Amino acid sequence: MTRHGRPAPMFRDWTNTIATIVLGALLAYVAYSFVQWGVVHAIWRLPDGASSIMCRDVRGEGACWAVVVERARFMLVGGYPIDEQWRPYAVCLLFVALYAASLVRTLWTRWLLAFWIAVPVVAVVLLRGRWLGLTDVPSEFWGGLPLTFLLSTAGFTMALPFAVLLALGRRSTLPAIRALSVGYIEVVRGVPLITFLFMAAVMFPLFAPQGVNVDKLLRAQIAFIMVTAAYLAEVIRGGLQAVPRGQYEAAASLGLSFWSAMMLVVLPQAFRVSIPPLVNTFIALFKDTSLVIVIGLFDLLGAAKAVIVDPKWVGFGVEVYLFAAAVYFAFSYAVSRFSLRLERELQRAAGTA
Amino acid sequence: MGGRESSPFQAHVDMQAVNKWFGALHVLRDVTLKVRRGERIVICGPSGSGKSTLIRCINGLEVHHAGRIVVDGVELNDDARTIDQVRRGVGMVFQQFNLFPHLTVLENCTLAPIRVKKATRTAARDLALHHLTRVRISDQADKYPSQLSGGQQQRAAIARALCMNPKIMLFDEPTSALDPEMVKEVLNTMVSLADEGMTMLCVTHEMTFARQVANRVIFIDAGRILEDEAPEAFFDTPKHDRTRAFLSQILH
Repeated sequence: MTRHGRPAPMFRDWTNTIATIVLGALLAYVAYSFVQWGVVHAIWRLPDGASSIMCRDVRGEGACWAVVVERARFMLVGGYPIDEQWRPYAVCLLFVALYAASLVRTLWTRWLLAFWIAVPVVAVVLLRGRWLGLTDVPSEFWGGLPLTFLLSTAGFTMALPFAVLLALGRRSTLPAIRALSVGYIEVVRGVPLITFLFMAAVMFPLFAPQGVNVDKLLRAQIAFIMVTAAYLAEVIRGGLQAVPRGQYEAAASLGLSFWSAMMLVVLPQAFRVSIPPLVNTFIALFKDTSLVIVIGLFDLLGAAKAVIVDPKWVGFGVEVYLFAAAVYFAFSYAVSRFSLRLERELQRAAGTA
Repeated sequence: MGGRESSPFQAHVDMQAVNKWFGALHVLRDVTLKVRRGERIVICGPSGSGKSTLIRCINGLEVHHAGRIVVDGVELNDDARTIDQVRRGVGMVFQQFNLFPHLTVLENCTLAPIRVKKATRTAARDLALHHLTRVRISDQADKYPSQLSGGQQQRAAIARALCMNPKIMLFDEPTSALDPEMVKEVLNTMVSLADEGMTMLCVTHEMTFARQVANRVIFIDAGRILEDEAPEAFFDTPKHDRTRAFLSQILH
């Protein structure tokens, strides 16, 4: 923002000038070193039959992207049987298509909502395969990106109805319902997510009645739904507060029941103002799914960690983690850009009011 | 539910010794009011006198704490079904219009007939266009409320209420949020409703409207009904000092 006849802010006085030069030099040095390490001296793939010794020789000078190239499949789809690999890839495509469709405003209909429910179901059916007459692949073998997508998408969609109930409950005039909602929200928000995962993985089997054996992935999924519901409930409550009381009164005076008034008049308006924080919660959930590693499930990050335990690739954590970070970042960044665009659109729409 | 068959002698709205409190504030004090079928009542009073609360009690938007309210033969009680039944026969128009901003004018009008009365889409649409024509904004049917002027929004809100075929209409200061040049178009709509024999209770300070349309004018102060007179008597020979003071402020 340079104005005519005035220096840019970073050169306005001598302290700014020095700071600019020093930081600029530092930034240039870091960028230069990274390019030297990551591109110029990097090894992209090992020649046939070569061992990772080749990579070890350039340690510190060049990156060994060979580990990523060689193990990308494992990181993306985990320990899923190689012969059946098309299934996790198809699942990934399904989820990416779902997210992409969600970015298009004109596709925002009931159908999109139905797909948010249907895609996780189809993903589970396809990954498991048993119900389609394909090879049965139990959930212990699922991993990588499909697991990340599944946990976050199903977690978000299934948490929404509970969140709406909690948000309405928190505003209820009935003291018992209000206390229950407030209690749930505060307790769940006040306890680390990881605790819920441990409870789901370790404590549930101890307390479950004999013979009841719930799949570990399902238990983790339920933990995510419970925690996400509490966070979403607060987001939705904020949206509800933005809808004037007169809207509910007008709906009620037309004879609409409480639930009809909520579903048709109040909630659509509340969701509209809550979209940016809803997207924010989804991004947080998307990354938090990486915590399932503590209960022995191998999502994207879990699979990445498994790679560097392999003796062949011990010590190449930086490359592997950078790859995992890049994948998380690509999705989160896309979603956050979308959220910004949406905010601008909604502001424009509000401007006409 | 009995008592739905209503003779012309039975009150359409019957309030008996109604009391209401907001916390420690006593907003309605022994309000007794009988409104006959087809009667037009104008309710006025200083701000905070309880006039809005009074008509909001009639369709259960406010809960009364003592006394009886019988609307078209149905007594209001804590039962949500009773309240819904009463609301289906009572239309309400608000000061702030309260149109649904995420729906078009037409959708505002068809929502309740489709959802509450299970009307078909086409029937609801025809009915909505009929009432929108009646309030002279059928050409705005596919616009969103934010694209309309205040007067048009209020007329759309009236049409929306009429789409439920109410027997009683409540107006809560329908012209107070309007620019002066738009007041008349809304009042004209209300006059034409009155001409068709609708039972109307109207909280307003439009005294010309009261003279022209009302059968009775009610003056309420501090939660108590002080005057309940025909317009001529109300304006020419008010009984209370409070009424005289109020009228002198309103009528300049």
